[in-house]
Amino acid sequence: MTDTETHKPRSQDRRRFLAQAARSACGAGIAGLGLMFLAKQAQSLPATALRPPGAGAEPDFLAACVRCGLCVNDCPYPTLKLATLGENVPVGTPYFVARDVPCEMCDDIPCVAACPTGALDKQLTNINDARMGLAVVVDEETCLNFLGLRCDVCYRVCPVIGKAITLVREANLRTGKHARFIPTVHSEHCTGCGKCERSCVLEESAIKVLPGALAKGAIGEHYRLGWKEKESRGESLIKGIIDLPDRLPGRIGK
Amino acid sequence: MSAKEFPGRDAVQAKGWLHAHKWLLARRAAQLGFLALFLIGPLTGFWLVKGNISSSLTLDILPLSDPLIHLQSWLAGHVPETTVITGALIVLAAYALIGGRMYCSWVCPVNIITDAAHWLRHRLDIRGGIKFHRSTRYWILAAVLVVSAIGGVVAWELINPVTVVYRAVVFGVGAAWLMMLALFLFDLVIAERGWCSHLCPVGAFYSLPGAFSILRVRVPRRAACNNCMDCFAVCPESHVITPALRSEDGHKPVISEPNCTNCGRCIDVCSLDVFEFGSRFDSREKTQDEPGEPPVLHNAA
Repeated sequence: MTDTETHKPRSQDRRRFLAQAARSACGAGIAGLGLMFLAKQAQSLPATALRPPGAGAEPDFLAACVRCGLCVNDCPYPTLKLATLGENVPVGTPYFVARDVPCEMCDDIPCVAACPTGALDKQLTNINDARMGLAVVVDEETCLNFLGLRCDVCYRVCPVIGKAITLVREANLRTGKHARFIPTVHSEHCTGCGKCERSCVLEESAIKVLPGALAKGAIGEHYRLGWKEKESRGESLIKGIIDLPDRLPGRIGK
Repeated sequence: MSAKEFPGRDAVQAKGWLHAHKWLLARRAAQLGFLALFLIGPLTGFWLVKGNISSSLTLDILPLSDPLIHLQSWLAGHVPETTVITGALIVLAAYALIGGRMYCSWVCPVNIITDAAHWLRHRLDIRGGIKFHRSTRYWILAAVLVVSAIGGVVAWELINPVTVVYRAVVFGVGAAWLMMLALFLFDLVIAERGWCSHLCPVGAFYSLPGAFSILRVRVPRRAACNNCMDCFAVCPESHVITPALRSEDGHKPVISEPNCTNCGRCIDVCSLDVFEFGSRFDSREKTQDEPGEPPVLHNAA
């Protein structure tokens, strides 16, 4: 730098400084906007990617996970993976795909113990309380049990056997004389480990573990289940219910 | 300010190749060494260090955590556990002592990529391109923190090349090599020293705790400087050298700018041993006549 350059009038210096600062700020602002778009995109996790046990709702998880991979290091099975760049799972976050390698539901939950940030909640001490997702029989048209066979594989491999999946017996109306054993998932017991999806004998699994938010309906808060209310109160909620005439075939108008 | 064709040639002649690349080799060993530490576990089954550079656990005892990542996580609405707060404080304290941007020159693997790009840029004599202001990184750092707070995610981790490289090596590559290639080309063709010295918010963040670090590059023999400009040619943050080397406004013989990365390359390439590592508080200068002074060797014409 020459002397004339360093001894410019102050106002010119200030103007140049302000212009420079404005340019940098705008550039960083644009970069920030781009990052914001990425951040929004990152919230949409593909339905096949399941989070490790103890992970909260996806937005909470993304705020808490620092992508260090300690859970992956401590997973004794090849279950957990860190998303690499280019996958449609937010880069560096841990996940597993049930159909590839399901969660083995270790008693000591090493992945949760390893998590330094609490992204995997340490309150989870019993693996049966994990809710990594929820199994759903997505295709009744191909499920062998629905077709009338006794496949039962999903029921048998379930680590919470007899609770998370039960076989509900019903009449096989096609044959008219057999029974069908319908695999039925109970969300209060299903951990979302993915063993059922992994083991389904079909080419494409008829039972799939979906993220809880996708799999579960939500009944409106204004609904009251009369039979449950009755159970807890010991009597019907509404007294003196009007008994309307029963309309039965052949006895219309009683 | 035209640099010579090969900065450091005088130093190689005066001190020998090894001596003139001492700190560079040490840095590369450190950068690769840190990566190797994380690889020992997956390769041998002996878990000396678990995790990666964002959060790690050494020998199941020592937690270390990246303070910037946890700051973003906290802004995104997550209250961190004590383990990571401890880990982040240890890291912050260490960098406050040795200079925050030593992260960039001694730990960060991206530095190897961008240094290579700069070397090739010089070799191929590529000039021009975009010039970012050095303050841009602080604006980007601010943008990253704002996006974390508003977007509720650890925003920079969506693209952070530092952790992408680390995870690529430790947990599987994926498309990470494309990002490394992009960074290389960016620094090679688009902007000289563009990423690490102008844009990267991680470096910007680490410059803050290191603003008053003890360990500094000193210029005790600045009187001997023969203006060969080799140090300016190799310094990734060349603006940091001037005040100390030129004794501007009675500046102490210490490079005190927070963005000096303590890479020591200036020490390597100086044939007159003007530079050395030392303490920020040491303001002694050495004159030409002092014993131990290396003889002034020929200066390339």
